[in-house]
Amino acid sequence: MSSLADRLRAAGRGAARWETGLAIVVLAVIIGGSAASPQFLTGSNVFDMGLSNGEIAIMTLPMTLVVISGEIDLSVASMLGMSSALLGVLWSHGWPMPAIFVAVAALGLAAGALNGLLVTRLRLPSLAVTIGTLALYRGIATILLGPTTVANFPTAYTNLGVNGVPGTNGDVTYSTLIFVVLAIGFGVVLHATPFGRSIYAMGASAEAAQFAGIRVKRIKTVLYMISGLICALAGVLYTFRLNTSVENNGLGLELDVVAIVLLAGVSIFGGKGSMIGVVLAVLVFAGIQNALLLTNFNQEATGIVTGALLLASVFVPNAARWIRHLTRPRTQKA
Amino acid sequence: MKSRRALALALALPVAATAALSACSSSTSGTSSSSAPASTAASSAASTAASSAASSAASSSSLKTGLKVFVIPKQLGQSYFTTADSANSGGAIAALNALGETGTETSGTAATPAAQIPAIQAAIAKGANALIVSATDPTALCPTLNAAMKKGITVVTYDSDAPTCRSMFINQASTAQIGTSEVDVLAKELNDTGQIAIVSAASSATNQNAWIGYMKQELKKFPKMSLAAVVYGNDDATTSTQVTQGLLEQYPNLKGIISPTTVGIAAAAAVLDTPKYRGKVLLTGLGTPDSMKKFVADGTVQEFELWNPADLGYLAAYAAVELASGAITGAAGQTFTAGKLGPFTVGTDNTILLGPPFVFNSANINNFNF
Repeated sequence: MSSLADRLRAAGRGAARWETGLAIVVLAVIIGGSAASPQFLTGSNVFDMGLSNGEIAIMTLPMTLVVISGEIDLSVASMLGMSSALLGVLWSHGWPMPAIFVAVAALGLAAGALNGLLVTRLRLPSLAVTIGTLALYRGIATILLGPTTVANFPTAYTNLGVNGVPGTNGDVTYSTLIFVVLAIGFGVVLHATPFGRSIYAMGASAEAAQFAGIRVKRIKTVLYMISGLICALAGVLYTFRLNTSVENNGLGLELDVVAIVLLAGVSIFGGKGSMIGVVLAVLVFAGIQNALLLTNFNQEATGIVTGALLLASVFVPNAARWIRHLTRPRTQKA
Repeated sequence: MKSRRALALALALPVAATAALSACSSSTSGTSSSSAPASTAASSAASTAASSAASSAASSSSLKTGLKVFVIPKQLGQSYFTTADSANSGGAIAALNALGETGTETSGTAATPAAQIPAIQAAIAKGANALIVSATDPTALCPTLNAAMKKGITVVTYDSDAPTCRSMFINQASTAQIGTSEVDVLAKELNDTGQIAIVSAASSATNQNAWIGYMKQELKKFPKMSLAAVVYGNDDATTSTQVTQGLLEQYPNLKGIISPTTVGIAAAAAVLDTPKYRGKVLLTGLGTPDSMKKFVADGTVQEFELWNPADLGYLAAYAAVELASGAITGAAGQTFTAGKLGPFTVGTDNTILLGPPFVFNSANINNFNF
């Protein structure tokens, strides 16, 4: 029976190459960013980066688990928007905040459960299902709020968009802190529990996992529900940070979340990936976007950078296989 | 054969990528260096401009030079804001260059607070002395703008206000006048009868909601007219087209549309520019002359309004520099001279009005090029 250390070492050997590359890219971004602008490494800039990317980073965590299990969840930004809308509507009707939090969490779990059930019970491809729920949940957000904007949340909550965590010299946002705590939690679950191992197994082969006794459908549904709950949390943070609950909150963020997860080395086909990679990818993404903003880069073109990163992260692992294919001896040529 | 093609592809991709990136970087060096030579040219121009300005108005000689001013429209890529902000249209950056300041336009690519806030934060990080902002939301920007003002940065809004977190608001025309005149123009075209709808921009935009409020009020004067719906095109051409088509399908008796946004009116005009709707569903709103020339010529649109966005940006720049130099404090009753636009007086709520909205129609539209 191999020990945990042996298992980690084996997993580490395979995963280490991509994550090492990512770590080098993070260093390059830090060096390049501070060369491009003296404000890059300042405390207030780190704070601003945390504000702009905190919710996206938090949403990448359950997305990682979903993608490793062999599925995808494109409705994350719409679940964020829907929870933001519910938060606004209930607040404008005078509900007390603790009750609102419970309601929003319940909505997130329900939204995730719907995703999970459609994917596992009706056996529909998750890409199609979550594109559908992307539209559905955004529509629900629009119905909940209508064209109105709720913008009178109490300052005790909206301060998380203004002040940092006390004791960090105002440089660490609450969303960054939450991201770090959740990343550690998700990382432990993914890499050091049987639950995490079954996620990898499902991603490698759902059928083999099923025959090995892993309850694939139940676990996938749970993963989608976790995704819904975390996106609801992200929605609450987003709403308080901007002090605005409006139907288009979070529009389009799912692409950034997927880009980061793929950049992290998580295979889109499932079965491969690590939490360290996700954390490094978040740093790369946030760092590059921020560095470009601090230089006079044409902001209309920052999408090119995100897109190029995404393409590179899909191309490079397959390029390695390609090159091996090219250098293979020609004995098998038909 | 297969491997050689694959190898060629693998080599061609990085080459293509480098070519694309160098094309991108040449555009960035174009945009970034446009402020650099402008500032060196402006420093020599400023001495001549300062002497002529000093002779025309004594107060302008007390204005600071070398300020870093960031112009932050609702989003990049909207021709209305490009006209309002850029140097070669005589907008905000032209005024800033003439005054000897460094002007840069920056914003996000979607007209939302979430996209605009990082640009504002970056401007603050880059050492802005003044921010000229068209607010995507009346309150969402406030934490960032208040933090800027606490750092001593002058914050003025133009085009769309954030009433509780700026020192001055440069309004293109009286909000009430814009709203009521839009309805009056359409009512005249419709003979005071018919069902109308509004194609707006983003549902949170301060200026849109203020104008729509006055439109609804003015509609009460026309009992035979009714408002079917207000739909939101989010200042995105595709969305505006879709919501306009949705209106036409949902309300077959629709007689008129008001679109108080240059993106919305252009999209709606394109939808209505067919024999089925032209002349049957009338369109008016706020549009730029260039985008509307074709539709006025073929009768899809009879009259529409706007103001000169370049003048708005120009005035906003002067106001920001006056404030940043301490020449005015933005209180009601204070006056200053905004270069070629002449004298202005600050009104209530620290607001300056550029002037009345201008009505474009087939008689005068060809005199304008923006």
